[in-house]
Amino acid sequence: METIHTDVLVIGGGLAGLRAALAARKRGNSVLILSLVPPKRSHSAAAQGGMQASLGNTTKGAGDNEDVHFQDTVRGSDWGNDQDVARMFVHTAPKAVRELAGWGVPWNRVQAGDREAIIDNQRVTLSEPEEAHGLITARDFGGTKKWRTCYVSDGTGHAMLYAVSDQTIAEGIPVHERMEAVSLIHDGLRCYGAIVRNLIDGKLVAYIARATCIATGGFGRIYQSTTNAVINEGIGAAIALETGVVPLGNMEAVQFHPTAIFPAGILVTEGCRGDGGLLRDVDGHRFMPDYEPEKKELASRDVVSRRMEAHIRSGKGAKNRFGEHLWLDITQLGAQHIDRKLREVKEICHYFLGIDPTKQWIPVRPAQHYSMGGIRTNAHGAAYGLSGLFACGEAACWDLHGFNRLGGNSVAETVVSGMIVGEAIADFCTSSAGDMSLSTALLRECADKARAEFSAITDNHGPENPAALLAAMQAIMTDKVGIVRHGDQLAEAVKELTELAARSRQVGLRTHRPGANPELTLAWRLQKMLKLAICVAHGARQRTESRGAHFREDYPQRNDAEWLKRTLAYWTDPKQVVPSLHYEALDIRRMELPPGWRGYGARDAIEHPETARRMDQIETIKAQFANADRHSVQHALMPFRHLLPAHLRGDNARPGEPV
Amino acid sequence: MIPLLRRRKPDGQPRRLTLEILRHNPADPASVPHLQAYEIEEAEGMTLFIALNEIRALQDPSLMFDFVCRAGICGSCAMLVNGRPGLACRTLTRDLGERITLAPLPVFELIGDLSVNTGKWMRGTSERLQTWIHNNTPTDIDAIETRMEPLTAEAIYELDRCIECGCCIAGCGTVQMRESFVGAVGLNKIARFRLDPRDTRNDEDFYELVGDDDGVFGCMSLVGCHDVCPKQLPLQTQIAFLRRKMAVVGLI
Repeated sequence: METIHTDVLVIGGGLAGLRAALAARKRGNSVLILSLVPPKRSHSAAAQGGMQASLGNTTKGAGDNEDVHFQDTVRGSDWGNDQDVARMFVHTAPKAVRELAGWGVPWNRVQAGDREAIIDNQRVTLSEPEEAHGLITARDFGGTKKWRTCYVSDGTGHAMLYAVSDQTIAEGIPVHERMEAVSLIHDGLRCYGAIVRNLIDGKLVAYIARATCIATGGFGRIYQSTTNAVINEGIGAAIALETGVVPLGNMEAVQFHPTAIFPAGILVTEGCRGDGGLLRDVDGHRFMPDYEPEKKELASRDVVSRRMEAHIRSGKGAKNRFGEHLWLDITQLGAQHIDRKLREVKEICHYFLGIDPTKQWIPVRPAQHYSMGGIRTNAHGAAYGLSGLFACGEAACWDLHGFNRLGGNSVAETVVSGMIVGEAIADFCTSSAGDMSLSTALLRECADKARAEFSAITDNHGPENPAALLAAMQAIMTDKVGIVRHGDQLAEAVKELTELAARSRQVGLRTHRPGANPELTLAWRLQKMLKLAICVAHGARQRTESRGAHFREDYPQRNDAEWLKRTLAYWTDPKQVVPSLHYEALDIRRMELPPGWRGYGARDAIEHPETARRMDQIETIKAQFANADRHSVQHALMPFRHLLPAHLRGDNARPGEPV
Repeated sequence: MIPLLRRRKPDGQPRRLTLEILRHNPADPASVPHLQAYEIEEAEGMTLFIALNEIRALQDPSLMFDFVCRAGICGSCAMLVNGRPGLACRTLTRDLGERITLAPLPVFELIGDLSVNTGKWMRGTSERLQTWIHNNTPTDIDAIETRMEPLTAEAIYELDRCIECGCCIAGCGTVQMRESFVGAVGLNKIARFRLDPRDTRNDEDFYELVGDDDGVFGCMSLVGCHDVCPKQLPLQTQIAFLRRKMAVVGLI
């Protein structure tokens, strides 16, 4: 078997992987990136509306800072996230935007003077000050107190991905394209790289690395209705799970985006609503204010998606030949705004729906969009359970997002986590932990095991068709593990998925094409995807509460007393049919922002006994620091800067708050 | 897969589509390029993405093609649709006749059937043309960012929208005769960085990259690129403008 050596192996060529690779390369390591597709085609390119960072340059962003962004993110997560990580993230996000500006991202800029905008269905005049002219501007997004989402029209992810990808080319970092990591080389304690399949010639190659970083994105394709690209099958997370020692965190936390075009499931950005778009029902009625008087269309995605589904269930859905949907109305924004700031949306409407969104309403219905869960890591991106393995971006459960991610925080997480985790990887490689000795016996065992997975499929002449099983899995996930969940349905889903998993080992290939046979690829991936689907369904069944995007009809309250904890799914024994679930408590005594009401959505959470005590403590600390600056107060409540690489610890300058 | 509604003709019958696909597997020494016909029933809102996936799921699991975003933004699925380069994912079958011919993009290395290696070509072009911001002053990431005129940022984005799909290369006359030509995708990138005030390169530097027949002087102005660009980039204007600027440098 061909063997390739490198200091750092990054699996995944999207924004997170590319940025981590750059950080590790700049510290002198040899770095190699594997990617299913050319990196510029990664799903990061699909991020449309923007990236959150508290620059506070605009009138509607005035007064914004890391504290406000932190609070929005924690509330958005429904207190399911790691607050240390959230602090690290909000602190680094402005630096990431500025770094990207230096790399050529053409962020939209503030134009001084008056301009018209639509806010809450009212035409208003916003006035930007002369001193802000030419700084990076921002738009409104859901679940935020300030206009904080920096953007490049509605092609933000594309512009970021091209800039960062071009930087990796400038640094000479090789990308091995059309390569799929099929298993990790490990001995149960340390990771030594990956066995990789070439998707052109079908051959297996061993990549031996001192540090391995999985940045393969989410697993939306286990659902039938998803905004995700076809490559988002979660194989990176699955091969980590299959080590038996690395857990996947919070797999039941799956986000559904309110505005996927119906029925194709293609995303139209939250920026549509951020810029003043409205949701309407069959009667043309704007229904969100009825449910969410505070934030209306701009409550968090989990809340808006749930309200939309409930409204459809109440009989108010519009109908077309494919089923029921609601309307997204951006006509009031005007052609000039749409042509400049929402041009991808306009193209998508034109090509896929045959409509002009400057004049017609867009048919939308929520669809799976984002995987909050993934490979569980610590704050530095090191995976639990296996030394030398790291993860970042959507593939990881770092845990910035908890049970619901805010719009604009994912594309931001890709680069921010890449900056932080890439440094941690470089630290690892310079430490004694980064030394390694790998026996050829272990390498041979791992390679044989990987080879056996493929030959088990090609040698099997069973009756099952992998494409049909894939479709069956996707239907179960959308029907029974979707926006509104119930214990009975989840139990059925787990049962049906485990049956599918058994059948997936009885496929018979119809084709035997030399090179990488796409049918074999599908049959092999199907088994991995089913494991992830079972982790999602089983985790959802066991979590008898509602938190963020995980909503249980039979347990509609958030239950902090019993469920303020993170699910860890282990697949210890290959013969297991469901994962073993362990739970990791979130410690209120350390929280900067203890659980409370989010500012939108339900108000009936079951309180944790520690919450009141921590609230009192926080009040005492704040009183002690009454005359101190906000950074000192924050430090007294929950110090986090020591967790960041030294060059990312500095204060962020913004207009009105110079350093 | 998305549930589909079959499109009915006025007489109530959905159309039967015949997709003739150019098949070849370079990994198989016995493979000879040939057209293979597949028949499917048309559905409402059917795109070539949906049609090809249906064929692979139900008729021929060995068929090779590339899709990623299936939303017209990633540039993976460019192919010749009835001889014309375009993005398959956003091509609706209702805009085509009952017989549809699909072939891989020319020029690029063939992986199999409709799948070509655009990634390798594009990376090579990026390395050759150094398509990244050249600036030796490190960015102070703690400080307020350098200002930029809002219209400058929008103008850069206009050219930054290229998705490297390869349609312009497939539609280029010069490339047919001169394999080393950088094409509209390459020239557009030079135009993009030339416009960017953060890039410190000047026209003399850009002349070194594209001031020859492999660059802007190789273009025969047939501008097929402009006609087939799925992002409607202003390629004709940009190439003409760049040629004038490079000619000035060449004359000095």
